Amino acid sequence: MHTALLLDMAADAAPDRLAFGRLADGLTFGQARHRARAAAAWLAAQGGDTVAFIGLNGPALPLALFASGLLGKPFAPLNYRLPDAALNRLVARTAPSVAIVDDDMAGRIEAAPGVALVTRSAFEAAAAGPALAGAELPDAEPDIAVLLFTSGTTGEPKGAILRHAHLTSYVISTVEFLGSDDDEAALVSVPPYHIAGISAVLTGVYSGRRLVHLEAFTPESWVETARTEKITHAMVVPTMLDRILDILAREGEDLPALKALSYGGGRMPLPVIERALALLPHVDFVNAYGLTETSSTIAVLGPDDHRMAIYADDPEARRRLGSVGKPLPGLELEIRGPEGEVLPPGQVGEIHVRGEQVSGEYTHRKLLSDDGWFATNDGGYLDAEGYLFVEGRLDDVIVRGGENISPGEIEDVLREHPQVEDVAVLGVPDDRWGETVAAAIVPKGRAPAAEELAAWVKARLRSTKTPEVWEFREALPYNDMGKLLRRQLRAEMTPGA
Amino acid sequence: MELKPGSRWRSAVCDGEFVVVRPPKTPVSLECGGAPVIPHGEARGQGAPSADHAAGAGAGKRYADETSGLEVLCSKAGAGSLSVDGRPIAPKDSKKLPASD
Repeated sequence: MHTALLLDMAADAAPDRLAFGRLADGLTFGQARHRARAAAAWLAAQGGDTVAFIGLNGPALPLALFASGLLGKPFAPLNYRLPDAALNRLVARTAPSVAIVDDDMAGRIEAAPGVALVTRSAFEAAAAGPALAGAELPDAEPDIAVLLFTSGTTGEPKGAILRHAHLTSYVISTVEFLGSDDDEAALVSVPPYHIAGISAVLTGVYSGRRLVHLEAFTPESWVETARTEKITHAMVVPTMLDRILDILAREGEDLPALKALSYGGGRMPLPVIERALALLPHVDFVNAYGLTETSSTIAVLGPDDHRMAIYADDPEARRRLGSVGKPLPGLELEIRGPEGEVLPPGQVGEIHVRGEQVSGEYTHRKLLSDDGWFATNDGGYLDAEGYLFVEGRLDDVIVRGGENISPGEIEDVLREHPQVEDVAVLGVPDDRWGETVAAAIVPKGRAPAAEELAAWVKARLRSTKTPEVWEFREALPYNDMGKLLRRQLRAEMTPGA
Repeated sequence: MELKPGSRWRSAVCDGEFVVVRPPKTPVSLECGGAPVIPHGEARGQGAPSADHAAGAGAGKRYADETSGLEVLCSKAGAGSLSVDGRPIAPKDSKKLPASD
């Protein structure tokens, strides 16, 4: 099945409903289909086998995504926040291609063999112009829909392949067609080069929900747009939510139109989600866990789970606020041990998934097993009722004297200390233990004594999990999606490195 | 008819359009409104759904035939209802998940 069919269906069934943009001047589903087809005809004339996209969020993003799909060409949104040299290396890797570049970013892109550069304004004009309306399009066989380059904290970024079949399977199995009321609108603040930015377009269109794109995230613009555009749905990453809550608390704003807020893309600190539930009691919170290689979400902790957890006396139910909920119905999920054996509830291992939305494929490598399973490289466990707890990347596990220690639970404990604003726990080389537990602390106000924090952890966990190396810092290094740059931090905290 | 995953079909007797989500395990005939469906690219002729196959098909609904394993998504609504080798097939119950993107 073809991603463009999702737009076709919405345009057939609700042509006059707003699809993309603001209440005042947004595009309807009918107009969006019209423009996507004109854009496809124009892009076809520019040549290239791939369509690269270097630019901010906006209605041009869904038009370019669907236009590429109509042509059967992979759509490759690139991270414009990369340094120029790294960005240009990615551009060169998309050749032969046509690259749609924001007008004010065009100066950063060097000429590369086989890459035709077009400006976003030219693309938008062609999509809106009358010349190509109704132009004949080739009958494209759907294959690769999207090419997403991973953040590449080590080495060159990997190109993850998502085919039309993966993405459409995800959409039609998780979203009710035109299930949204016609006054619903979703605010998209994740960038175009992130899987959540792509899935937001596809699921939003299929559900018939208007999409409002923030060009780039700032907490002020998010709150302002949510208020003026009567936003009902949004997805944020944990660091965004924390900054949004600061503004809501300061301004006494409670966003009455907001119905649902989903979050994902990293571990949500418990104090942040508790504050969110308190500040926005009318909002349904959803925690979604997924990866680029799985076409977005594979497990969901729903609104009722959140309320049960926050009001529960039962510690087991309360702990679920730290889980990512249950795997999607159409998907298989297993926790496996080092020998590949399936582990029972409560035991920590590697999360494996299988299903039609799972790609597990890169440009030069397919990571799926012969029977279709994808090893996520995330550690985690299922509880007795099937709730999934994710402990983070297996690469981040600290191995101290043969014992595997997950940084996540130590970070959670430290974050509950009243004088801790932010924290990262990681392993640093140690002559005696191989690795030892180190903590980088951003204090809230006056820095607490390391001994006090050590006693705090020891009383709640155990001594082997108590950090032995402490560092107090003004801030921790994050990338623009709020992901902690652990390798950078480890290098900075390794003595003599 | 070869009902390949992703292949698109239309009703010969109404506005209904369909896309195959899961292929049948053995060859079957997919009908809408009592008449075999035709490839999406072909124009439909005259005719109307037969009385016993006129319950309609809804856009966005998934229809599954347990016997053959065939599953299709209705991409455009129509007045005819679906059958496989003459057996009517019903829409699958869909459990709506909370929006997560």
